[in-house]
Amino acid sequence: MRYLIPLGLFLVLVAFLAIGLTRDPREVPSPLINKAAPTFRLPQLREPGQTFSAEDMRGKVWVLNVWASWCVSCRDEHPLLIEYAKTGAVPIYGLNWKDKREDALDWLGELGDPYVMSAVDLDGRVAIDYGVYGAPETYLIDQGGVIRYKQIGPVTRDVWKDKFLPLVQQLNREGASR
Amino acid sequence: MKRPCKEERGRLARMLRIGRFRTERASRPRSQLLLLLLLVCMVTPSMLAQVRRPEPVKGDAALEERLHKLSQELRCLVCQNETLADSRADLAEDLRDEIREQMKAGKSDKEIIAFLTERYGQFILYRPQVTPTTYLLWFGPFVLLLIGLAVLFYYIKQRRDLIAEQPLTSDERKRAEELLRSGSGKETA
Repeated sequence: MRYLIPLGLFLVLVAFLAIGLTRDPREVPSPLINKAAPTFRLPQLREPGQTFSAEDMRGKVWVLNVWASWCVSCRDEHPLLIEYAKTGAVPIYGLNWKDKREDALDWLGELGDPYVMSAVDLDGRVAIDYGVYGAPETYLIDQGGVIRYKQIGPVTRDVWKDKFLPLVQQLNREGASR
Repeated sequence: MKRPCKEERGRLARMLRIGRFRTERASRPRSQLLLLLLLVCMVTPSMLAQVRRPEPVKGDAALEERLHKLSQELRCLVCQNETLADSRADLAEDLRDEIREQMKAGKSDKEIIAFLTERYGQFILYRPQVTPTTYLLWFGPFVLLLIGLAVLFYYIKQRRDLIAEQPLTSDERKRAEELLRSGSGKETA
């Protein structure tokens, strides 16, 4: 009996530590969920003379993917994004974060371009507004310009299937009934 | 302290001699190791100093001082155990630039912190604000301390009850005396 109490406490500790091990400390919950997506107006990657703004996307459900040619995980994520884009479920836009234009264009030329369009955030100011701290990060934004979901790290097939697609469908349904 | 008596002094001397013998034998590798350690100690701070060189001062010193002070309260989200002041991550530099500009624009520290928490959440603060979500973080240790104290007091009280002498009743005393009498008789026999 007298050994059961320390043993119990030990097991509780082990349980806490075990749960702690399975959690990723890099995934910081974003305070931007269900808040308006910060506005911006940035030059486009392929046509620097033209700009792109989050406002342009009003009335549409869309995905904003933060990427850079120097980002290693983006390379892993890229073929998946191409796959998702092909399904046409939701338009994917890119935010090219602190990258060189030539590098970014080379990267897209080499690996393919899943983005309807990429905006260039050269000094990273828009990324700060979006609370970006490591690419890739991906936002799902609804018709009203509200961020509904944020994925930190690559959008894996599971995340796409379980988080993004159901939300996109729900938002489209809501949009249609409105 | 009592001075050691003769016998003790002899033992101490023997111990010392053994000790000296040992140190003489082991002295060379050990001293080399010590020297190495010392060298390491001497080298690393200077190297760190090089790495941690503050970035070139942009603008006035007072503002930089304020920036440094504020950014020590903020967490770098890339290397999460570093402050924004110490981190050399690109994002940390960007954020320092952002803070610098906001300071130049006349924003107060409070406004800047609000700006950052709106985007990165409470996680960026090394001292998160006291809100229902951070109650456990702020008060958890004190709750644990109280629980610990309660257990301690309970334990001590229980022990005191166990130790406390319970006066014998007159019957018990009589029996004890009888036992003592008969017991002492047997023991001497």
